Amino acid sequence: MKRLLAPLLLAAATLAWGQSAEIANPDPKVEARLKAIAHELRCLVCQNQTIADSDAPLAVDLRQQTRKMIAEGKSDDEIRAYMVERYGDFVLYKPPFNAATALLWVAPGLLVVGGLAGLVVLLRRRREATAAAPTPDPARRKEIEALLAAEDEPRRG
Amino acid sequence: MKAKFVIPLAIFGVLCVFLAIGLTKDPRQVPSPFIGKPAPAFTLAKLHEPDVKFSPEEMKGKVWLLNVWASWCVSCRVEHPVLNDMSRKGIVPIVGLNYKDQRADATKWLGQHGDPYLFSVWDIDGKVGIDYGVYGAPETFVIDKQGIIRHKHIGPVTPEALEKTILPLLAKLNA
Repeated sequence: MKRLLAPLLLAAATLAWGQSAEIANPDPKVEARLKAIAHELRCLVCQNQTIADSDAPLAVDLRQQTRKMIAEGKSDDEIRAYMVERYGDFVLYKPPFNAATALLWVAPGLLVVGGLAGLVVLLRRRREATAAAPTPDPARRKEIEALLAAEDEPRRG
Repeated sequence: MKAKFVIPLAIFGVLCVFLAIGLTKDPRQVPSPFIGKPAPAFTLAKLHEPDVKFSPEEMKGKVWLLNVWASWCVSCRVEHPVLNDMSRKGIVPIVGLNYKDQRADATKWLGQHGDPYLFSVWDIDGKVGIDYGVYGAPETFVIDKQGIIRHKHIGPVTPEALEKTILPLLAKLNA
């Protein structure tokens, strides 16, 4: 824990610094909403960061724009729509369900269902194999036993 | 028992196909939601004439390019000779959107590298850039006679992109 503490504190310090440096008098309510929205929006410059995490100039601008829209009384959906209108669905970390993203959304479910189906088939087959263990008919059994007995008999030259 | 080998092999094959397709795609080329939509309206002062305003409506009836550039933009230097060449040949009017730049820096840069633009407009706070979904200069929009965005080129306009995509499109739009 102690080993973790220093980096954690350092990270917290930089975060706090990053937030406060951006505007003079942040309104905690606005900042909280901004944070929630900004965490769902992709920064198109860095692509694998949200606009909440990124310090790219575009991310700073988009945070500023979001603050402005919050101040104008826009709803979260309106702000998201504003971003999608300009940057496309790619800006959303949670992409909408449509023809282009159907595979993306459905694939995990399909994999789970497919895996389960495979498992069920495998287990059923295995059980059938155990249940259907050979029970030779009596005549054949006698024959086998005779053969085994013959085998056991010491051979005489 | 053959299925034991065939099924994983098939899954592996499908995965390979998907990954191979993924490799050929450039993640920086984000499809623009503006294609086929009217170019967003704006009014900005011109770079060289701060008192003169420009709106895209003024270009109605012409096929034109809106090129997003800045003096701080390194890749803009790469495409600049291509734009200069287009301008010299008078292929298409190019309006520059000077993006988040200081006026003095921008005019100096054009003085050094040549000015291929009909004129540039000055977007100091990047607001128009946001309205056009700009995320990395240079970006180039092809806008038709009705003011509809027909194509967006992200990154420097290369001679290949010009030859293969932009020139044929311009010819089609001007026909």
